[in-house]
Amino acid sequence: MHPEHNSGKYIFGFWVYLMTDLIMFAALFAAFAALRISTFGGPTMKEIFDLPQIMIETLILLMSSFTCGLAMLAVFRGKKKLSFLWFGVTFILGLAFLILELSEFRHLINDGQSWTRSAFLSSYFALVGTHGLHIAVGLLWILVGLYQIKTRGLTPFISSKLVRFSLFWHFLDIVWIFIFTFVYLMGVAT
Amino acid sequence: MKKYTLGFVLSIILTLAAYFAVVDKFLSGFNLTLLIVALALVQLCVQLYFFLHLDAEEGPRWNLSALLATAGMILILVAGSIIIMNNLKYRHNVPDTKTILENEAITK
Amino acid sequence: MRELIFGKLTFDALPHEWFTEGGTFFMTLTGLALVIYLTYTKRWKWLWQTWMTSTDPKRVGIMYMVVASAMFFRGALDAAIIWLHQSLSSGSNPGIMNADHFQQIFTAHGDIMVFFVTMGFLFGLLNYIVPLQIGARDLAFPFLNTAGFWLYAAGAMLINLFFVLGGDFAATGWLAQAPLSELQYSPGVGVDYWIWSLQVSGLGTLLGGINFLVTILKMRAPGMTLMRMPMFVWTSLCSMVLVISIFPILTITITLLWLDRYFGMHFFTTGFGGNPMLYTNLIWSWGHPEVYVLVLPAFGIYSEVVATFSQKRLAGYGSLVGGAIGVTAFSVLVWLHHFFTMGANADVNAFFGMMTMIIAIPTGVQVFNWLATMYRGRIRFTTPMKWFLGFVSTFTFGGMAGLLLASPAADFQLHNSLFLVAHFHTMIIGGALFGIFAGITYWFPKVTGIKLNERLGTYAFWCWIVGFFTAFVPLYILGLMGATRRLDHYDTATGWQKLFITSGVGLLIIALGTAIQVIQIVVSIRARNKNRDETGDPWNGRTLEWATSSPPPHYNFAVIPKVEDRDAFWVMKQKGLTKPKRYEDITLPKNTASGIYLSICAFLVGFAFVWHINWLAIAGIIGGIAVVIIRSFDEETEYVIPAAEIKRQEERHAPRT
Repeated sequence: MHPEHNSGKYIFGFWVYLMTDLIMFAALFAAFAALRISTFGGPTMKEIFDLPQIMIETLILLMSSFTCGLAMLAVFRGKKKLSFLWFGVTFILGLAFLILELSEFRHLINDGQSWTRSAFLSSYFALVGTHGLHIAVGLLWILVGLYQIKTRGLTPFISSKLVRFSLFWHFLDIVWIFIFTFVYLMGVAT
Repeated sequence: MKKYTLGFVLSIILTLAAYFAVVDKFLSGFNLTLLIVALALVQLCVQLYFFLHLDAEEGPRWNLSALLATAGMILILVAGSIIIMNNLKYRHNVPDTKTILENEAITK
Repeated sequence: MRELIFGKLTFDALPHEWFTEGGTFFMTLTGLALVIYLTYTKRWKWLWQTWMTSTDPKRVGIMYMVVASAMFFRGALDAAIIWLHQSLSSGSNPGIMNADHFQQIFTAHGDIMVFFVTMGFLFGLLNYIVPLQIGARDLAFPFLNTAGFWLYAAGAMLINLFFVLGGDFAATGWLAQAPLSELQYSPGVGVDYWIWSLQVSGLGTLLGGINFLVTILKMRAPGMTLMRMPMFVWTSLCSMVLVISIFPILTITITLLWLDRYFGMHFFTTGFGGNPMLYTNLIWSWGHPEVYVLVLPAFGIYSEVVATFSQKRLAGYGSLVGGAIGVTAFSVLVWLHHFFTMGANADVNAFFGMMTMIIAIPTGVQVFNWLATMYRGRIRFTTPMKWFLGFVSTFTFGGMAGLLLASPAADFQLHNSLFLVAHFHTMIIGGALFGIFAGITYWFPKVTGIKLNERLGTYAFWCWIVGFFTAFVPLYILGLMGATRRLDHYDTATGWQKLFITSGVGLLIIALGTAIQVIQIVVSIRARNKNRDETGDPWNGRTLEWATSSPPPHYNFAVIPKVEDRDAFWVMKQKGLTKPKRYEDITLPKNTASGIYLSICAFLVGFAFVWHINWLAIAGIIGGIAVVIIRSFDEETEYVIPAAEIKRQEERHAPRT
């Protein structure tokens, strides 16, 4: 479909980097799995997870993954303005996700349930926080990308960078599916 | 465009299905866990296909190979850690002799 | 206010003990001598332009070798101190230092030898040789390569910095086992130095891993299919696959330890539900495959050496490849054998015990392949070949000890004893380090155009072999007698002192061997007119690195070779070498200093976190991001060498056959 996705050492190299990132998340998941019930008298998962809010976060991130895809379609068709628009929407959705996540964190910390409270909370903050950190990096990347589109247009050099960004962004969505399932849903279900 | 939209719709359906399965509790215990994990894995495949176009690779499929190798590594690391740490937990919080004898199939 | 600016850093951090003063003095002196030399000979610009900012993997490779050699002497000095202390510290004699200092030294010894010596040498060889062997002019990502090297160098600086500031290093063992490495039990900055030197250099290793994987898979010369790759390329590929699979685990594990120490989290603490065994589990799921990262490229070197000096094709190439892949796959399934004694049940221990024994099979297959390659070959007993034979005997010996340890029942007796210490030294020295020595002597003529002195090489080899067994066989015996590792004092009645002293004599013989190696290099270079090799192919080699001149030109190959079979250069020689008729323009990456700036930022972040200087950490992070963003705007990263210039250079330097 898009040859840019699959040819070239840059795309493959970035893909391999994404694989290493997945393994980093896997190590965090392993730590979370081992510590999820080590609440040490602190709150359990059921008590602190606000599922409706998480659901909204999930839908926002999913939507941003979709708009990122639309932005890439515009890039491949050489439509500069349209790609600019969709990347802008992606940025706003990503920012909304990050703000919601941070408000969830702030809420917990204000209730005295920060990462120092128990091993479970440490592993929860580390896992979800690492994902949030990636989102923040992605947002910075979009800003740089938008600037590059504006100043240089959709040259092959810029497009190749945008392809890599879209891989990164879709991957963050995939990682979030697993956080949503293994941390939030399973935390409330069991 | 069509492919992205289809992937998006499918992802939303799968997410909502998992969400309501948990909130409305139409399954419980292990079955529920199994269901939501299965839904997550299906959504993984959906996104890999519709958003990341993993099927479009030509020549030696290094991207797919790398992904499969990584999946194997993740499985080993996460499943291995869970087995090892749970095993340790069980061995360190000895509840009573009877349970141990039963679990380890020791007959007197 | 002062805390805001300097964090925990005070005047007390300055050196005030004999070893920190000595270390600081020595480092200052060396640095000063270098500065004076460079200024006097007006070489600053030369250093910056030809070396520090170079993206040429050959130059980066040599820089890796230089840093690794320097770190080797640091690590060897630690080994000598450990031995001296252990030989004396018996009965009423307290040895030469207190227990805490002793612990810091064996920790530093382990970390330096693994992360900065063996890894450094291997990445040096990979950088130099892999592009040549696959017929490429460059790596896939030249900028990432210099960034990786400079991050490694920054890590090496951080691990030595405690001499100057702080005065104490982690006293926790080379993997900083929790909960000992937690704030509660190690409140000093030692563990933080440990964390950040490994974090920074580990990041460099990860970048290197990605780079070499993509290079090997995407940049091979036309005609070089996977099953025509030289064995060194194959084992490097396997090693890099492992790097990619496991170094992220290391990054996360030590990040979690740091989060515990810096932000008061509870991953591995003894209270608040933390689980120290989780640390052990995670760190070893990185740590065991790591030893295969070290030893696999060495297997590749042996394969090259054996085939060249037996003047035969490798016997059973397919099974060698299979063996390397098998080792790679199984190596991620054995990590629990490092903590059999943790208390898992019989099923878990038996599984990991069996996996550990199974991994001996693909390893053994490779040993038989090499022996079969020698069979009926016309063997030339050059120094690299001697290192190979030394490896076979040593490694098999150590492997047998490993099989004993693989049995959980036996391991309960031998766990954390000197038997284990002797075992893994046999594997790392006999496996990886001898391979590195074989590789250095084998490829030295390629790198410099000068052959190394064979006689001195042989002397060095014999010193190492004799010294090695004298040093480590007593440790096997001591382990069986019950001596534990990391032992800083023991009772006279144990009767161990004689064996410790014997072991130390072995160490002296090894030191003699190392001295001869240094002399060998100096003597060979001084007599360079006699030892010069102008053919580019001094050993009658088989693989593509010998197809170009020694040292190779910046662009490696004037014309990219076409590969028709395995042992590509050998086949080309059989058909008769021809001079290329015409040359084409060559595109190469430009120099860049971004890698250096990036690593300076990483160094500052590490240093700032060690001392809790938050503003500096934030500044470093912003600086690092800025370097990456600025770099992402740069489209002019390559330059072109015109064909006429290539022709001129080739006429001057092409191999004279």
